[in-house]
Amino acid sequence: MENQVLAVIIDYDAGNLRSVERACREVGVSAEITADPDRLATADRIIFPGVGAAGSAMKSLRARGMDEALREAIASGTPVLGICLGLQISLDHSEENDTDTLGLIPGQVRRFAFDRPDLKVPHMGWNEVRVVRPHPLLEGVEPGDEFYFVHGYYPQPASPDEVFAVTDYEIEFACALGRGNYFGMQCHPEKSGRIGLDVLARFGRWDGSC
Amino acid sequence: MLSKRLIACLDVRDGKLAKSVKFVDTKDIGDPVEKAREYYLDGLDELVFYDITASSDKRSIMLDVVEAVAEQVFIPLSVGGGVRSVQDATDLRLAGAEKINVNSAAVQRPALIAECAESIGNQNVVLSMDIRAVERSEVCPSGYEIVINGGRTPVGRDALAWALEGERLGAGELVVNSIDADGTRDGYELTLTRMISEAVRIPVIASGGAGTPDHLVDALTTGKADAALVASMVHYGDYRVSELKRYLHEHGVKMRMHW
Repeated sequence: MENQVLAVIIDYDAGNLRSVERACREVGVSAEITADPDRLATADRIIFPGVGAAGSAMKSLRARGMDEALREAIASGTPVLGICLGLQISLDHSEENDTDTLGLIPGQVRRFAFDRPDLKVPHMGWNEVRVVRPHPLLEGVEPGDEFYFVHGYYPQPASPDEVFAVTDYEIEFACALGRGNYFGMQCHPEKSGRIGLDVLARFGRWDGSC
Repeated sequence: MLSKRLIACLDVRDGKLAKSVKFVDTKDIGDPVEKAREYYLDGLDELVFYDITASSDKRSIMLDVVEAVAEQVFIPLSVGGGVRSVQDATDLRLAGAEKINVNSAAVQRPALIAECAESIGNQNVVLSMDIRAVERSEVCPSGYEIVINGGRTPVGRDALAWALEGERLGAGELVVNSIDADGTRDGYELTLTRMISEAVRIPVIASGGAGTPDHLVDALTTGKADAALVASMVHYGDYRVSELKRYLHEHGVKMRMHW
């Protein structure tokens, strides 16, 4: 396939990583799943996916030295895409298992707590991703474009400066955050049809600037 | 605002697509991978595969089907039929299924729900319930009873109580399938759907009986379901997925309209 770009997908025992791998392949980004922290240093770009719980994810990352390796890769300018839990643990702290997380972006992760019984948790299904600030990875995302979400906790960054898109689920929450060469989405681009695949395709071309 | 979902269910027997009426008289109607891809490109929100293969030695064919579909369909994929253990669930997840549906085996051994939830996450465990209307009784105070083994065996368990029990054990979603309505095309069982949807705090998928676009509107409004499941309506070419979604959208149901 032409223009094949290698992305390394971080494996930390959390999710169905192969769906991300397959979606990458569909858009010409060849991907390799690794649990080896040394592999991150030489990666062209890194995808940090995840479903599962913040507590066990952080434990697993730390046990393998993956947290430091990821920090170093980000410091060296490697483009990184966090997905779902991969976004949530980029903040300072998560209410899920009361976990200290990576602290790449200042802020907290909170649990959806609604009084209304008709609002179901997790927030599961398709919802609009509304771009509030241009970002190379969101280029072409139009009003009304929906992505697939599955999550019971949501990111609450300390500053609006790092928020690139928002979603409404009773409250408005930040669903896409970025800082330099790190970008994270709460939704699952690998499960969001063509609109999601386009994000992965753009990630394959992204040089990490915004 | 969260959209309601249109889900297509494909029954697969020995690797081929089948459709039954009231769970009997199944016949082959085509290639599941091809159908899945067609619906995906036409805007389907989620796919469910149900393995109705009778012989256990042909079960592994399903993993190949799931694998092939996951290669080409980039929306949530749910698979069920014959899931009896965490190992079955894990095998299907590795093949590419997002969510796992449990049904009869969970009725016989409810701990299966908790075990799967622990292993693959609540949000990925769907409890599929086959339900028929019965006389209200001490055993079935809601007037609805759970049946298993493809709708053939009543188990003397109240449907509403089982829905609540499933939620408590860790199911992330419920499929409410009316055996009475299944395959009739006379509409979903709205009373049943609404009763369960109002009782639980996890999403409910209405299943069984869809025949016209208005039936879908009813399930997602009057029935209070979060998603409507269709089969015959789209499999035989009577309606297109995009056409159903447009109809729902035009009738005030919030749907995903860009794909």
